[in-house]
Amino acid sequence: MHELGIAQQVIEIAAERSGGARISRIVLEVGKLAAVLPDALRFCFEAVSEGTPAAGAELQIVEVPGRARCRSCGGSVELERPYGRCACGCSDLDWLSGEELRIKELTCAPLADATANTITTTTMTTS
Amino acid sequence: MKVEQDVLQKNDRLAAENRGWLRARGVTAFNLVSSPGSGKTTLLERTVREAGLPATVIEGDQATDRDTQRIRAAGARAVQINTGAGCHLDAHMVAHALEDLDPERDSTVFIENVGNLVCPALFDLGESAKVLVASVTEGDDKPYKYPHMFRAANLVLLNKIDLLEHVPFDADRFAAALREVNPRARLLHVSATRGDGLGAWYGFLRDRPTSA
Repeated sequence: MHELGIAQQVIEIAAERSGGARISRIVLEVGKLAAVLPDALRFCFEAVSEGTPAAGAELQIVEVPGRARCRSCGGSVELERPYGRCACGCSDLDWLSGEELRIKELTCAPLADATANTITTTTMTTS
Repeated sequence: MKVEQDVLQKNDRLAAENRGWLRARGVTAFNLVSSPGSGKTTLLERTVREAGLPATVIEGDQATDRDTQRIRAAGARAVQINTGAGCHLDAHMVAHALEDLDPERDSTVFIENVGNLVCPALFDLGESAKVLVASVTEGDDKPYKYPHMFRAANLVLLNKIDLLEHVPFDADRFAAALREVNPRARLLHVSATRGDGLGAWYGFLRDRPTSA
């Protein structure tokens, strides 16, 4: 059940970014090959967000498909599960996408105002 | 508000710090993962006695210090991490354990992870290589069932090979499944009790491999 720890991390990062303001929505990218179950993550998120700025927030999970390049012939492979085979028969694949586990966006709702307020700031990319 | 932050960034940053800390001391660390009961501790007891490498051990278990006591009895220093409700070790726990352990220069540290083939796959600890211990008393289709963990492994040890004639385990099917899930992993057949294949395992350790 690593989803519990992941949900806690999501809330910690979101609360830090919101500066304590109430969060109404979190957009989270979860790759199909990320070893994280969206349903389990939602369940854990609800449980551990109580009493935090993310309580009651909508957790919007965007699934990212798994794609790989064959290390033998360079062909493109779609992955539904964390292993697969290129049309050429090779199973040595370089994963291009599908391992994402990343908070994309937050929507904060100021306490005094019930209207949700989406603020766009400079994109900060971390890896 | 755009955020663009990896959820596991904190763990990954701490793991990178552990890696730097270990490298500065010339220490090679191995993260041993497996399902419960594959024989990790038995393998480590024998390894610290026989491999001829100065070694220390970090033991991860949900509860008790039984494995730490076994390792100490085998002659190596060891520290225990009890994860309580947690199902895996993370880089933060290992950072503290490394400080307690204070491994000598150019030595080897074994990190025996919690017996779990799911969660530890996601958490880099700062190790040089991941070693997955499987055993012939499990199913030969394990790589298909736990592909993330098998994919993350640099070396797979198929343990309890001395029991092969008594169980329906098909070693060729296991090897084929591993090749499908992780064609780059090395596979060694060992018996931590009878001693088969341990020379190759000690050779792997002495080569001080580092994962990409």
